[in-house]
Amino acid sequence: MLNTKAVDLVVVGGGPAGMAAAVAAAEAGVEEIVLLERQAKLGGILPQCIHNGFGLRYFKEELTGPEYAYRFMLELKKKPRIQVKTETMVVTITPDRQVVTTSAAEGLVCYQARAVILAMGCRERPRGAINIPGTRPAGIYTAGSLQYLLNIEGFLPGRTAVILGSGDIGLIMARRLTLEGIRVRAVLELMPYSNGLNRNVVQCLEDFNIPLYLSHTVTAIHGQGRVEKVSVAPVDADLQPLVEKGFDLACDTLVLSVGLIPENELSLQAGVELDPATGGPVVDSFYQTTVEGIFACGNVAHVHDVVDDVSAESAIAGRAAAAYLRGEIGGNRWLPVKAGRNIRSVVPQRIVVGQATPLYIRARFPEKNAQLNVGHGHSKRRIVSPGETIYYTVKPEDICSQEGFVRVGLEGGKVDD
Amino acid sequence: MTELTCIVCPVGCRIRVDRAENGLKISGNDCPRGLTYAREEMTAPKRILTAVVEVAGGESMLPVKTKEAIAKAKIWLAMQETKAITVSGPVTVGQVIKDNVAGSGVPLVATGMIPGDA
Repeated sequence: MLNTKAVDLVVVGGGPAGMAAAVAAAEAGVEEIVLLERQAKLGGILPQCIHNGFGLRYFKEELTGPEYAYRFMLELKKKPRIQVKTETMVVTITPDRQVVTTSAAEGLVCYQARAVILAMGCRERPRGAINIPGTRPAGIYTAGSLQYLLNIEGFLPGRTAVILGSGDIGLIMARRLTLEGIRVRAVLELMPYSNGLNRNVVQCLEDFNIPLYLSHTVTAIHGQGRVEKVSVAPVDADLQPLVEKGFDLACDTLVLSVGLIPENELSLQAGVELDPATGGPVVDSFYQTTVEGIFACGNVAHVHDVVDDVSAESAIAGRAAAAYLRGEIGGNRWLPVKAGRNIRSVVPQRIVVGQATPLYIRARFPEKNAQLNVGHGHSKRRIVSPGETIYYTVKPEDICSQEGFVRVGLEGGKVDD
Repeated sequence: MTELTCIVCPVGCRIRVDRAENGLKISGNDCPRGLTYAREEMTAPKRILTAVVEVAGGESMLPVKTKEAIAKAKIWLAMQETKAITVSGPVTVGQVIKDNVAGSGVPLVATGMIPGDA
């Protein structure tokens, strides 16, 4: 028979989101918390992110990924209410909050939780997601898995690399590979702008004279046993490759940094509604999903630029789960967000009336000197870019509850250069 | 006039530097750290180096960083010195792995740990 344990709160995932949520819930008085992690160690992606730049917002100092994770591990050690279960895999979550896990140590265990926080993070889009034609040789890596191999296992993948995609992980890996003596011939970006943070373009590419080809993509991979070269071509305004203007780059390694997808298989099992714009659950100001008592935070909810935001958001979710368990949040009036001009996504998607709510907004295209309108509130934005989160905290007076929704839009910006 | 993108934090302020009679005129930075960054970037650019070092008998690498930013020109030498290091555990976060890396006066410190077997 299935071993069933009743607990107050189960947190699924021991990365930055899960750790921050569990710590915040414990501080808010939740008695019994189980933190589930499928890897042997806590920290999620942080231990392999050896570069600096973490913690400036949250800890007001500059840390590397492993140091950032270590801060939270120390916090967790001080909280005996949190039981950490590593090497434990969640196989099912039901809408009535049964969390079924499997582990070598305890076998099959079912936690009947009064509240659940989903913090499973995200996954990389692989080659198959972008359909690059060509052969299937060795030497093709997603940027994150290569980061693991290089920084945790100490494995050097090859001698000459081409990177497709200028998201932050691709840029960080361009520098990291260069420092390890691997020649990075080019970073290619399909869009006419970089998808990474500007600081990473400067300190990872410009510092090392690595060329960035905007509006370019890989049209074919060549090589039998091992990658020998890739065909590269510029793309037109519809992102279609202009093959006649193409050229080849000889390389033995192709690194793909072509986007991240929130990992929501378990959320779907639990009956949680997903937002097609973010790929993550629809959440309200308290990060509660559309299923009562199930919360979601971190990259499972939407892909963040910086881990500091993950921690801040997850602390909100942790405190909200505690309030939910005390019967304090429930039956709140909320208004849906309506995305207007140049808005790709807004999180949270449901704004609880009367609640100041920090929003994470993403633009569809870059523009300058636009006005951000959120309900009746507004602010000027000098530069917006799809690669950089737009922050705005909705104040209760920005919202008119008779309107039935909160419109978010960028107006009056200039799109050129 | 030079335009810089500040790399101190993820905000990435666009900073404008003009040569004035009495030094540099810096504008566009949202915080004082941007001022320091722009001044250093124009005179003696610095970077923090992060890397990994081998662990004797260990399954995984140990992440390290220069405790402070070092001269950009010393990054390659610092990297060479770092690659030559093999450490033995236990190591705690913040422990000095090598003093005065690349003659910079700055130590290389551990950013991860190797648990002791005691």
